[in-house]
Amino acid sequence: MIFKNAEVVLKSGVVRADVTVENGRIAAIGKAGAGDGIDCTGLTLFPGLIDMHVHLRDPGFERKEDILSGSRAAVKGGFTQICCMPNTQPVTDNKVVVTYIKERARAAGLCKVHPIGAITKGQKGEELAAIGGMKAAGIVAISEDGKSVQNTKLMANAMLYASDFGLKCLCHCEDASLVDGGVVNEGYCSTVTGLKGSVRAAEDIIIARELCLAESLGLPVHICHVSTYSGVQLIREAKARGVKVTAETCPHYFTLTDDAIRSFDTNTKVNPPLREEKDRLAVIEGLRDGTLDCIVTDHAPHHEDDKRVEYNAAAFGISGLETSFALSYTQLVKGGILSLPQLAEKMSANPAKILGLEGGELETGAPADLTIADLGKKWKVDPKDFVSKGKNTPFAGREVFGKVVYTVVDGEIKYGEK
Amino acid sequence: MNRKDLLGLYGLSAEEIAEILDLGLFFKSALKRGEKEHGALKGKSVVTLFYENSTRTRTSFELAAKFLGAQVVNISVATSSVQKGETLVDTGKTLDAMKNDVIVIRHPMGGAPKLLAETVRAHVVNGGDGMNEHPTQALLDMLTLKEHFGRLSGLTVAILGDIRHSRVARSNLYGLTRSGAQVRMFAPATLMPEGLAREGAVICRSREEALRGADAVMGLRIQLERQKAGNFPSLGEYAKYYGVDEQILSEAKKGALILHPGPVNRGVELTSGVIDGAQSRIEDQVLSGLSVRMAVLSLLSGGEGK
Repeated sequence: MIFKNAEVVLKSGVVRADVTVENGRIAAIGKAGAGDGIDCTGLTLFPGLIDMHVHLRDPGFERKEDILSGSRAAVKGGFTQICCMPNTQPVTDNKVVVTYIKERARAAGLCKVHPIGAITKGQKGEELAAIGGMKAAGIVAISEDGKSVQNTKLMANAMLYASDFGLKCLCHCEDASLVDGGVVNEGYCSTVTGLKGSVRAAEDIIIARELCLAESLGLPVHICHVSTYSGVQLIREAKARGVKVTAETCPHYFTLTDDAIRSFDTNTKVNPPLREEKDRLAVIEGLRDGTLDCIVTDHAPHHEDDKRVEYNAAAFGISGLETSFALSYTQLVKGGILSLPQLAEKMSANPAKILGLEGGELETGAPADLTIADLGKKWKVDPKDFVSKGKNTPFAGREVFGKVVYTVVDGEIKYGEK
Repeated sequence: MNRKDLLGLYGLSAEEIAEILDLGLFFKSALKRGEKEHGALKGKSVVTLFYENSTRTRTSFELAAKFLGAQVVNISVATSSVQKGETLVDTGKTLDAMKNDVIVIRHPMGGAPKLLAETVRAHVVNGGDGMNEHPTQALLDMLTLKEHFGRLSGLTVAILGDIRHSRVARSNLYGLTRSGAQVRMFAPATLMPEGLAREGAVICRSREEALRGADAVMGLRIQLERQKAGNFPSLGEYAKYYGVDEQILSEAKKGALILHPGPVNRGVELTSGVIDGAQSRIEDQVLSGLSVRMAVLSLLSGGEGK
């Protein structure tokens, strides 16, 4: 199979070339001879996108999403590999659940699904989960996502113990006592809506704690969904003095501000909350200068029943897999912040590197995981078109550029827009 | 007033506020003359849907609707199906199906009246939602001031207390500034939210600064649970450093009015001397409340004006 005459996004730049795929791997990038193929003239070919932070809700909350519907949403969004967070029911804190997820993902047969294990049993923050057993079953990292391990000693032990198995902690950063039931960013918008705010410090304090632990223990750490200007700066300073930290952010943090909550639209309720313009700009600068290594969705699908309630009562989260690429391309590449190779780095190479996954770059011999997009295509986000069960998006009606046309996993077309 | 609902004062114009207050003043004079029978809501039904305890606000809305000739049904959280887990949207649809004309809602969560209003055909009146707004309380405060001073424009009103958690403070700020008054605010730093200066509030660093030359002083009720949550050490210390007594009150203009949304913690936010003094309008506020709620109900749903 040959993907002919595409604009190919290599690390070194974008070149017009044919990409030849044999036995699920990239056999050649260059001028191919005759052979079966797809004309990709005018299309841009990226290394298969990788989202290292999604919620598939399965097992336990299949009404919101399941592994098949989540996988469908992933390949529609251009993702060839996704990593799913452990806040399932039961919690992904043992090898049985890990094996279940991998089996269901294999049966779905769309993208590669890598489970992330919980740090503590039942995500209760009391005892370490069966990290070794879960690693043997196939987890690629551990995380307490949705909350932080509040006990600092236990968090230090988690980082140490995980390092024996070559695993990193992916840290959702939130000081529970400071959040204290806050549902939006503390600031002007929380004041004029009367919605309870959560200060930046609630996120920053735990970011700082995890950075201190990583530095003191000499271990790597990964910071999830950074939303504050001050958090970006903490990470920038830590990187400058050699702390082994990597970090991610999400499209909503570089696209929206808390001004969006003033409508009381529960689709704007997300954790960490949408912040202010200076935070949005700092997140963009963090992506530009390399402080923030990757873009993830934090795909958090919910049923309409979980959102069509009072703001305080609504579930946190945004269904993000089907809008992430277009929002990132529109805001960052068209916005003049990142080049196409840099976008590919944030959405593919860096997540692969951070988690030690195969793939992430277009090179001979690599798995043929490809994302092919029409960057000139303008389209309007409409949640009715989502294949995810979660239609919860604050981006409904927004015009974006860049539509995924084909998603190829191990040489097979798993999504193709007719 | 050309609106389906009254959800807050934030989006109201000075003209709309003046229209409500003028009609409110008309009803207040009528009530003072003992005239309680008005026909504006004859043949209509009003539901009060209260998810929080309230005596004065619910009673005030109920009487207002009855004086206008409406049929009134009261639903409170203890007796409704809310505790069985029915959603607000479903409750709203049910009340709508019963052909109710107006739903007055009080709810502990900000934005709940807006969600209800988007769901139902009935007119929705916000009777207080979380920390967001309490428009009829602010309107009754404004009515009390307007009746006394003959105007709102140019007045200086000092609001003291737990601004952070107060929907009354927010609605008063929006309504008074729209109407040309100046609002000063003072609270313990733990109970002052960010950003109200952007809405025109003058944020003060002391009681004296807030009261100096003010035409009216409003104390807000402090909840004991705020002390338990670590916002201040004790009610005694709160009274000493943040309360209003007769000496502090002397900073305000001679004859400045004293307002309080009630119920008052005597000796905490206001001393008994202040509450019971000649400048206090706390009892008069109750009649203003009834009047202004009659005005709101008739403007939203009434077949005839006055």
